Amino acid sequence: MAALILGTFSVGLYMHDLPLSPMKLKIFSWHKWAGVTAFLLVWARLAWRATHRPPLMPATMPRWQQLAAHAGHALLYVLMVAIPVSGWLMSSAKGFQTVYFGVLPIPDLLAKNKELGDTLREVHEALNYLMIALVAGHVGAALWHHFIDRDDVLIRMAPQHSQHKELTP
Amino acid sequence: MKSAHFALMLLVIAATAQAEEFNIVHADKSTLGFVFKQMGVSVEGHFGKFSAQLKFDPAKPAAASAAIDIDLASIDAGSPEANDEVAGKQWFSTKVFPNARFVASAIRPLGGNRYEAVGKMTIKGKTQAITAPFTFTAQGRTGTAEGAVVIKRADFGIGEGPWADFDTVANEVQIRFRLQAEAGPAHK
Repeated sequence: MAALILGTFSVGLYMHDLPLSPMKLKIFSWHKWAGVTAFLLVWARLAWRATHRPPLMPATMPRWQQLAAHAGHALLYVLMVAIPVSGWLMSSAKGFQTVYFGVLPIPDLLAKNKELGDTLREVHEALNYLMIALVAGHVGAALWHHFIDRDDVLIRMAPQHSQHKELTP
Repeated sequence: MKSAHFALMLLVIAATAQAEEFNIVHADKSTLGFVFKQMGVSVEGHFGKFSAQLKFDPAKPAAASAAIDIDLASIDAGSPEANDEVAGKQWFSTKVFPNARFVASAIRPLGGNRYEAVGKMTIKGKTQAITAPFTFTAQGRTGTAEGAVVIKRADFGIGEGPWADFDTVANEVQIRFRLQAEAGPAHK
């Protein structure tokens, strides 16, 4: 999931100012399909999160750090839903329907509207930069836990670490 | 008795109306659009500027004539980026071939209000025979011809080089037309 999100993000970053070519059209479609896939997977992830309590944060963590961690995690979930939705709406407003794998048409909620399309593009971009900043913070914090605080926060995120349940996305 | 008289009057009016030739095209109420598939996704576009000549009496389709001239630079292919692209040499090459033209050689009745225009379409210096089915509905002195025809872009060399492959932009392009014309004095 993380790989899918980072991959889709990188493709989006690369493709947006390509000159028009058949390859660009393909890349745009692939990016959209990846976005729809991420959107579907995040609901599975949210369902898992709703039914599995994450382990408590280490008691040694200061309260401000715990609050920041909770806020960061919540915002990551919000963005994982909001980013594909903003991309889909942008695509609709720009007049290009999203058709999942070229087979399953996803309805256009918005009619074609250039100004709205340009605004949604800005929104999609801003949300993505916010997400990538959060991911950097998330990774930084995990490494900080491991190497500076020397607690088990990073280790217990790993799926094979079975006595704990997952803490973070 | 009175109602029979009225019905007869209506018939006479209807017969007169049907004998009318629709020959003044209202460009502002006519549209010329197209739909194509890009990566399996339908994309709509249209031409902002075109002129049409029509002489059409639904009762005498054999005597009809029709021609459309399309200003290719007036295209809206779905996005500003696409509009710039399709003006280029690989697509319409609008500097060399500014106009596309359709001239009907015959209009045939298909029954009811359905007809087909048989003619030649010229785009980018290449001419192909096409048959465009349409319906014609008259309301008072205003008639509307509405139809669609699928052409293959490769037949006209539209989209060459890297675009010649159909896996991103399909070969089939549906052209949709709606011409509104007023009945004027018949030119015979």
